[in-house]
Amino acid sequence: MAGATSLHAAADPAVRFESRSATREAPWVKWTLIAVSLAFFALFLLLPLIAVFVEALRKGWDAYIAALVEPDALSAIRLTLLAAAISVPLNLSFGVAAAWAIAKFDFRGKHLLITLIDLPFSVSPVVAGLIYVLVFGAQGWFGPWLQAHDLKVIFAVPGIVLATVFVTFPFIARELIPLMQAQGKEEEEAAVVLGANGWQTFRYVTLPNIKWGLLYGVILCNARAMGEFGAVSVVSGHIRGLTNTLPLHVEILYNEYQFAAAFAVASLLALLALVTLAVKTWIEHQATQSGDASQ
Amino acid sequence: MSIQVQNIHKAFGDFVALGDVSLDFPTGELVALLGPSGCGKTTLLRIIAGLESADSGRVLLDGEDASDTHVRERHVGFVFQHYALFRHMNVFDNVAFGLRMKPRRERPSEQDIAGKVHDLLKLVQLDWLADRFPAQLSGGQRQRIALARALAVEPRVLLLDEPFGALDAKVRKELRRWLRRLHDELHITSIFVTHDQEEALEVADRVVLMDHGRVEQIGTPEEVYRQPATPFVYGFLGAVNHFSGRLEGEGIRVGDALLRHVAPEFKHGDDVIAFARPHELEVLTDDSVAGGVPARVARILSFGVTARVELEGLNGTGNQHFEVELSSEQAERLALREGQTVRLNPSRLRVFAR
Amino acid sequence: MSRPAARVLPGFNLTLGYTLFYLSIIVLVPLSAVFIKTASLGLSQFWDVVTTPRVLASYRLSFGASLLAAAINAVFGLMLAWVLVRYRFPGKKLIDALVDLPFALPTAVAGIALTALYAPNGWLGSLLAPLDIKIAFGPPGVLVALIFIGLPFVVRTVQPILEDLDTELEEASASLGAQRWQTFRHVILPILLPALLTGFALAFARAVGEYGSVIFIAGNIPMVSEITPLMIITKLEQYDYAGATAIAVVMLVFSFLLLLAINGLQAWTEKATGRNR
Repeated sequence: MAGATSLHAAADPAVRFESRSATREAPWVKWTLIAVSLAFFALFLLLPLIAVFVEALRKGWDAYIAALVEPDALSAIRLTLLAAAISVPLNLSFGVAAAWAIAKFDFRGKHLLITLIDLPFSVSPVVAGLIYVLVFGAQGWFGPWLQAHDLKVIFAVPGIVLATVFVTFPFIARELIPLMQAQGKEEEEAAVVLGANGWQTFRYVTLPNIKWGLLYGVILCNARAMGEFGAVSVVSGHIRGLTNTLPLHVEILYNEYQFAAAFAVASLLALLALVTLAVKTWIEHQATQSGDASQ
Repeated sequence: MSIQVQNIHKAFGDFVALGDVSLDFPTGELVALLGPSGCGKTTLLRIIAGLESADSGRVLLDGEDASDTHVRERHVGFVFQHYALFRHMNVFDNVAFGLRMKPRRERPSEQDIAGKVHDLLKLVQLDWLADRFPAQLSGGQRQRIALARALAVEPRVLLLDEPFGALDAKVRKELRRWLRRLHDELHITSIFVTHDQEEALEVADRVVLMDHGRVEQIGTPEEVYRQPATPFVYGFLGAVNHFSGRLEGEGIRVGDALLRHVAPEFKHGDDVIAFARPHELEVLTDDSVAGGVPARVARILSFGVTARVELEGLNGTGNQHFEVELSSEQAERLALREGQTVRLNPSRLRVFAR
Repeated sequence: MSRPAARVLPGFNLTLGYTLFYLSIIVLVPLSAVFIKTASLGLSQFWDVVTTPRVLASYRLSFGASLLAAAINAVFGLMLAWVLVRYRFPGKKLIDALVDLPFALPTAVAGIALTALYAPNGWLGSLLAPLDIKIAFGPPGVLVALIFIGLPFVVRTVQPILEDLDTELEEASASLGAQRWQTFRHVILPILLPALLTGFALAFARAVGEYGSVIFIAGNIPMVSEITPLMIITKLEQYDYAGATAIAVVMLVFSFLLLLAINGLQAWTEKATGRNR
């Protein structure tokens, strides 16, 4: 009966549909749909991924390694790591603070605030770069002041970091807000009633409940931070060895027709993407196991 | 139209939902499939509808083997426990759905559909709700719309899965009577699944009792209540007191006491279990009268027309709870006190082998 | 707000204050710069900048290709989500995980990879070249890149709704005599529609602003295959900040309208399916 069938459904939702005659299609429909979807998937997702690695190794392992250890590549790796190392913690602290305020308290304008937090997602990366040029560029609001004090933001590392922070701004917050809203505030209130202070409440009650959602947001935020191209491209100035991140380095090599080298560097980023997806899948698995659905 | 199921077997993994079930449902009757949750009754109903397929066995509709017929070709009306109304359609469109899905050459004109839908809505007394959406209806209204929707395609049989399960007690009682009247009007062969024995006994022409994937008993409500075929049926159909003992001549030895009972189907020395309903126990306070099982009064509930006495068994029946139902006058006459020791003597016993 | 003393949990002022401060300096103040800068242009000047033929051609390409890509993704994304939820087949878990690749793969990498595939001498391009079909370095290349980046939006918004779908609805439909496709068309699709439109809008919004994956494969031929974000870059490279900003304003206004539409659609999805995302 109901109890017996739902036991099966726990494993894979498909079982629920495939085991009932009224919710399954004829085999030819099923396999046609699978074939068409997988062809689409292969054409648009799988083949590009494979192409990166094949093209990267076109000139052999030696050329591949050489492209990665070349000084400009190494400095691009360093800058990419630096930009992520700054923007992820900044957006993490913001995400936690915003989710705490929004999920645990009621105040006017909450919906507007949530919409504003989502805003960077709907802004073109190019526009994201542009706004910092308008603020900190030579002709921008703070341009003359910065020049007078011999400080450089645009076409320098701070600009790259700022642009990265902007495009990754909502990642952690939008992961945590719905999760913490769904969890309510009863457990935190119980902790306070039992005498815990604010930090203890967060550390011992809230954090264990949101850890998978938090990690999920961090992973996605990090992937975007290391991979951002458009926004960073606008503010970087493309100075080799100085203001080049990995994606920008890929572009330069590619435009110089050093295809194998470009794909070698690109393969590094593709590996990062695969690791991100693997960790993400693992987190989703952990979250379902522990019963706190992070999505 | 008649329904027969023959040797139906169905397992989910290691769990046997139905073990070799064979049943006949005569034309025009309203039959209840009654049993505790997990007994296989819903699975049987879904197999009859074609929503689930049996591992082995056959379903005959009007004498024809329908085992390989898809649910959409079986022409059965099915009312789901949670109604499964289409929430994006209003009541009218929900009821009209089955007619509109017919192949073009069989499909009635929109005008005929409208006429038919309104007739059905009148039949379920809800024609004033045609423009509402399911979310705007009460549970009882949804139930009746679901029924109207199932009837729209003129099904050969009507199958209802826990039709009143999701309703509150008052609405449930009303709808029961309403369903019975509706059946008397339509005379369509109907099967409904329920775990509520009162519901089954009150509404159905015939009751099929099921447990652990097997049929325990089939009969009219009167038959199954008066002559329960198995201890399970006895226990499932109402409150019960049971006595474990051994047959001794013209009685059953329970602990130190001997309960008078003639059971020709057993022989001397057989281990038996005997059942009595709460109203079938007599409370003896007079020590000069012999017989009965000693027990101590634990609690007296004397509101309403009847009084209920809860007792704890003594001596050989220690740790056992008894429940006795008395009329208020009897209770007053006995003047029981909590803690008092009495004896319980069954006026009627139903005996099964142990 | 009126009775702060009644708050049991600590940290409201601190966290909300920090949130608003951080939101302002990172997002709101810099974004406002775009509008303030544009105000320095007169209205007619602004109009001239955003309606030059080359910019107009870029709108047509950006919006047209984005709409088409989102529509293609709506169809195939729905199919992929359906297959992932409804059927068991080998490799399903891997495919499910890889659907998010466009979220995780840097756009520049996607751009050069797609170019390598669809260029006339590429893996797929060389198969299509004899048929006189050219994908890379023209508008079809833009479309391919936008399909790539938009696909997960549709799959991931439709998938959870499909998973939650009550089997009883389809069973009810079948028991009333509906054919399988009738059940899909009249029962399942209406339930999925809000989520499908949300996914479509998300994919569309992302595609309009996309730069990295498109720029390599587009060919960037003026009046033919230049996207609007590229026009901003072009103006910037000519130090025409006012011009770049004017086009940015057009894009931002459009993004905001789309954001409003998406919020509305999501509210509709929640209402229609009774679930909270």
